Amino acid sequence: MNTREKAIEKLIFICAAVSVAAVALITIFIFAQGMPAIQRVGLFRFVFGTTWSPTNGSYGILPLIAGSMAVTLGALVIGIPTGLGCAVFLSEVVTKRQAGFFRSAIELLAGIPSVVYGFFGLAIIVPLVRGLAGAVAPDAGATGLSVLSGAIILAIMILPTIVSISVNSIESVPNAYREASYALGADRRETVTKVILPAARSGIFSSIILGMGRAIGETMAVLLITGNVAVVPHSIFAPTATMTGTIAMEMSYAAPDHQQALFAIGIVLFVIIVILNGFAQVVMRRFGGAAA
Amino acid sequence: MELETQKFGTKRSESIRKQTKSKAFFGMIWVVAGITLAVLFLILGFVLVKGVPHITWTFLSQEPEMLGAEGGIFSVIVGTVAVTAMAVVIATPIGVAGAVYFNEYSKGGRVIKVIRFFTEVLAGIPSIIFGLFGFAFFVVYMNMGWSVLAGALTLTLMILPTIIRTTEESLKTVPMSYREGSLSLGATKWYTIKKVVLPCCWGGILTGVILGLGRAIGETAALMFTIGGSLNIPTSVFSSTRTMALHLYMLASEGISDEKTYATAALLIIIVLLINTSATRIGRKMTNGK
Repeated sequence: MNTREKAIEKLIFICAAVSVAAVALITIFIFAQGMPAIQRVGLFRFVFGTTWSPTNGSYGILPLIAGSMAVTLGALVIGIPTGLGCAVFLSEVVTKRQAGFFRSAIELLAGIPSVVYGFFGLAIIVPLVRGLAGAVAPDAGATGLSVLSGAIILAIMILPTIVSISVNSIESVPNAYREASYALGADRRETVTKVILPAARSGIFSSIILGMGRAIGETMAVLLITGNVAVVPHSIFAPTATMTGTIAMEMSYAAPDHQQALFAIGIVLFVIIVILNGFAQVVMRRFGGAAA
Repeated sequence: MELETQKFGTKRSESIRKQTKSKAFFGMIWVVAGITLAVLFLILGFVLVKGVPHITWTFLSQEPEMLGAEGGIFSVIVGTVAVTAMAVVIATPIGVAGAVYFNEYSKGGRVIKVIRFFTEVLAGIPSIIFGLFGFAFFVVYMNMGWSVLAGALTLTLMILPTIIRTTEESLKTVPMSYREGSLSLGATKWYTIKKVVLPCCWGGILTGVILGLGRAIGETAALMFTIGGSLNIPTSVFSSTRTMALHLYMLASEGISDEKTYATAALLIIIVLLINTSATRIGRKMTNGK
């Protein structure tokens, strides 16, 4: 191998290592900017403090964590059954051709920018939720900017993630499983619910974790439709603020101390996402294919 | 005799119950799938019907006035093209080279596992974190200020995993015999990659690049604190600028002008969908050709 070949290989290796450098730099810079705030407030008081009021020097992000969790759980409650339904529909109900059409539709859904989802939510979902809230509790004066609106939009946004990964793992269930199930006298529903879905559970599980990560990290849509009020939501019609929304909202006018606190929220978010994604990868790898 | 009929009877009612359950189950699945399709058409239909009539030549060619309430979005279109094109131009060679390393040079082992793991992590980082990082690193630390360059570099990191992954997939489809043939003719490894392997998968690379472009155009959170949001036409890579996605957010959150908001949303959605469908089309053509 001559020197030119070696130099090219080095150069290509450096390009491959850019991702490592990027993740390292991101980690270093987010932590360097955010740690002073956590040190000043104290980790415990920062994470479990119940008041987020940076202008008064009160940096407790529990309401923001609660807000993120509330919209994410809501999105999962709506998104998991819908996503699994679509996955079963694609792989077990329709013909290959129809599935192709449906699959492109899901891909379109995945391509819509999150700010457009936010705008759509603001124009359509929020008024619907306002109407619903008004019907349930007329005196509450709900604006529709709420946990429920956020959850509905996030559910639509995580659907493509859940569907595409679940479909892959359902399709990798060996046909022998289906045949054996039918041979034992099970009908189609029993085969799907008692044989195929359990056999594909590792893929389904990781699709849900990845969807959850996407929901927690999503910014633009929740920023536009959850109301951004930093209190622990007491009902699904109550407004709330998420970690991501608060960062996006307050960065533009934050004083230095406040800005550090926003980076510190970034640290918490970053840690949650890395744990979730790592967990999803481990689940996929440990259980390997569908025949877990 | 009596016992047997009874037995038969229960079995029959059981099988009817089973059938109803099955019908209800698959009925639900049809309903769920139908709702999903309906939601897609509702989103597309709503934005397009309300927005397309307002996409006029004046809207496309005039500069915004009064924070976007009047006039068009010409400078925003220029900003979008500048930021996203720059991101793609920087990310493509790095991403393709990264994929070439993964597929052609690496011999397995720990280093490659670490790099792969980090690429996965990078792909999973939420865009708001990229935004924070871009602000702290490019805007402040590297002293680029709010600029086209800072935004483009932030987006570069975001779309890198997409380009790496798609390129790698298509590198895998190049038959080993091609490489062996080239090497046995005396070509060096790099010459083989350049002249034999990469030309075979330009379609896959293009798909990755286009998908990356689609992601870059729709991105907002990563650009909120990196490009500044100026409505002037950028004159250099250090000018502050605004992309269509960011413009849409500003209009929607401030309630500036319904008409312009719908028009911007419709234009954005049309561009992104065109980009994404052309990416899948190219991808499909490539796999069918094989």
